[in-house]
Amino acid sequence: MGDQITKDPASFISHLELDQPDKTFLDSNELIINMGPQHPATHGVLRVILKLDGEKVLGTECVIGYLHRGVEKIAEHRTYTMFNPYVDRMDYVAAVSNGLGYCEAVEKLMNVQAPPRANYIRVILTELNRLASHQLWLGTHALDIGAMTPLFYTFRDREEILKIFEKYCGARLTTHAFRIGGCLYETYDGFEQDVKKFIDFLPPKIDEYEELLTTNRIWVERTKGVGKITAADCVALGVTGPVLRASGVKWDLRKAQPYAAYSEFDFDIPIGQSGDTYDRYLVRMEEMRQSLRIIRQAVERIPEGPIMAKVPKVIKPAVGEIYHSIEAPKGELGYFIVSDGSTQPYRIRVRPPSFVNLQALDLMVRGQLVADVIAVIGTLDIVLGEVDR
Amino acid sequence: MLSIESFVAISLIKTVIALFVLLTAVAYTVWLERKVVGHMQNRWGPTRVGPFGLLQPLADGVKFMFKEDLIPPHVYKPLYMAAPMLAVVFALTSIAVIPVGNSISIGGIQTSLQIADVNIGLLIILGVTSLGVYGVALAGWSSNSKYSLLGGLRASAQMVSYEIALGLSLVGVLILSGSLSLREIVDAQSGTYWGVLPRWNIFPQFIAFFIYLMAAYAETNRIPFDLPEAETELVAGYHTEYSAMKFAMFFMAEYANMITVACVASLLFLGGWHGPRFGPPLLQAILPVFWFALRIFGFLFVYIWIRGTLPRFRYDQLMAFGWKFLLPLAIANLVVTALVVAIQS
Repeated sequence: MGDQITKDPASFISHLELDQPDKTFLDSNELIINMGPQHPATHGVLRVILKLDGEKVLGTECVIGYLHRGVEKIAEHRTYTMFNPYVDRMDYVAAVSNGLGYCEAVEKLMNVQAPPRANYIRVILTELNRLASHQLWLGTHALDIGAMTPLFYTFRDREEILKIFEKYCGARLTTHAFRIGGCLYETYDGFEQDVKKFIDFLPPKIDEYEELLTTNRIWVERTKGVGKITAADCVALGVTGPVLRASGVKWDLRKAQPYAAYSEFDFDIPIGQSGDTYDRYLVRMEEMRQSLRIIRQAVERIPEGPIMAKVPKVIKPAVGEIYHSIEAPKGELGYFIVSDGSTQPYRIRVRPPSFVNLQALDLMVRGQLVADVIAVIGTLDIVLGEVDR
Repeated sequence: MLSIESFVAISLIKTVIALFVLLTAVAYTVWLERKVVGHMQNRWGPTRVGPFGLLQPLADGVKFMFKEDLIPPHVYKPLYMAAPMLAVVFALTSIAVIPVGNSISIGGIQTSLQIADVNIGLLIILGVTSLGVYGVALAGWSSNSKYSLLGGLRASAQMVSYEIALGLSLVGVLILSGSLSLREIVDAQSGTYWGVLPRWNIFPQFIAFFIYLMAAYAETNRIPFDLPEAETELVAGYHTEYSAMKFAMFFMAEYANMITVACVASLLFLGGWHGPRFGPPLLQAILPVFWFALRIFGFLFVYIWIRGTLPRFRYDQLMAFGWKFLLPLAIANLVVTALVVAIQS
């Protein structure tokens, strides 16, 4: 794709040329349509160029980079500690997961182990964030397919999670909740009650969302068989997260390579069979319930003790490199860090799940209709901040 | 017999009143929709302009009028200008033949609550609302934009195909009442079955009623059939390139069509203005209008309720639903009704 992109966006020529260039689209029945970056359903600034035959999609091309901020480059000019808040700005709806992945990667590089209490706090906040991320996904996905109401329901309930974040660390969205070596803040008084109240509050609300959608005939028709992807294709493209699991692969880093305190909890990995949009919907709904299970166990068994490991004031990892990945709400979020022994990382490369999953878009929508493109963009659950970084 | 002068005068007065009431109703349907959907979705809807946001429609109207009227350079201007006018004119015209109550007498002049009492009222409504497709199709075509074109194509295809099911669903009622005049259809529904059940056409024709309701939703481009303007797919469909008052005209046309559909459904299936009458003569004269308005309100509420509940169909599913389900059902209903009527007579 890269060689076709010229610097001047006006002279951009897509590889999706009309098959017969001398004919107009009315003669050839083919139509190139530009969806985004200012489009109500591209979840930010994704630009998709569609080649259509009537309403049928013949091919797509994604143009990304409208939200590029050079996060990886910034890292090279910041100390390890200073870079920590930047990762929150990548996937801003799951900022806690981003922070966890980064902190753990640096800890691994330094051979530091966060204390158990810090790990429990991390698990609770990360799972709460997974819920918030899935709620946002559900609301926008349903809105894209035309159901307006779930958006308001999910935002209403997501508010409770954000309130807990706010009480814990003062921020609601880009939380910067964790530090290298553990957590900066001890839990506030009443944290456990708040979390317990929340895990009793949410299940009926999830039932409420499901009531609106799961058995709704129109919803089922709009999502069943739409955007199918096989397990083999998922693996070939590196697709991870709920998209992979909905295709029937039981792969969840929380179980496969346990990090933080995940090995101590009992939870299931929901998987789908057909790999279509409906299965991905069901997998994510079940994941929300499983997250609640994890939080319940964590909050009941949370140990006492320090929340910060012994970490030097100036973080200066030895020369070396590390790859560490965690299961973010959208898939495998990995950090590859190269240290040259100084206070600043030599290179940080982020493996964002949204970016990799977006590759599957073309495969999933080819031969389907325009309306399905919207459904598939929604079901991939991309955040452009993370795609572009 | 009225003199020609007084006939013209009375018709003019009635037209002005009907137009005023209809436009106000359109504006307040928008308010009602925002308010009801808002409460269904855990929010308030408009609250700032006036008590309960009641002046919001006025504020919106002022805003639309004072907005800059952008005309993109790439449009085909004559049709681009004509399209919103066509849409709104045809949407408002159909109200002319809709009766809202029995005749009343003011100052010794007997007059019916209807602008034009024609004996083919229903045909006129069907014809005029079909012409409304031109507004949408021309808007999509003349805008010279791909999103508008797709929206216009979807709209014309959708409206033309659902027209058939819509028309056929009404034929059953026509067979029962034996007239095309809306007034006579309503009169045929007075009285009760076995002394309890009102003699409304919805009871013998309930299948037709539901076919009509669904086809009418598609005709007026409402959720779950709002594909032509599917915001998340086609940005704004056929009116993507329209702004200010021209956009407002499409908006008004849509809501006026909703009201027309609600009127026709009430007249044909729910006994029009029939309802209990009591009290002093003035109240007796007004009550039918009230009962009629109540039914229309009920229909509009269902419209809004559905918008708050359902997702949107996909284009192919919509077409399949119209041609493979609604149309055969409408034909079957028609045949059965005709047979029953033939056997009874």
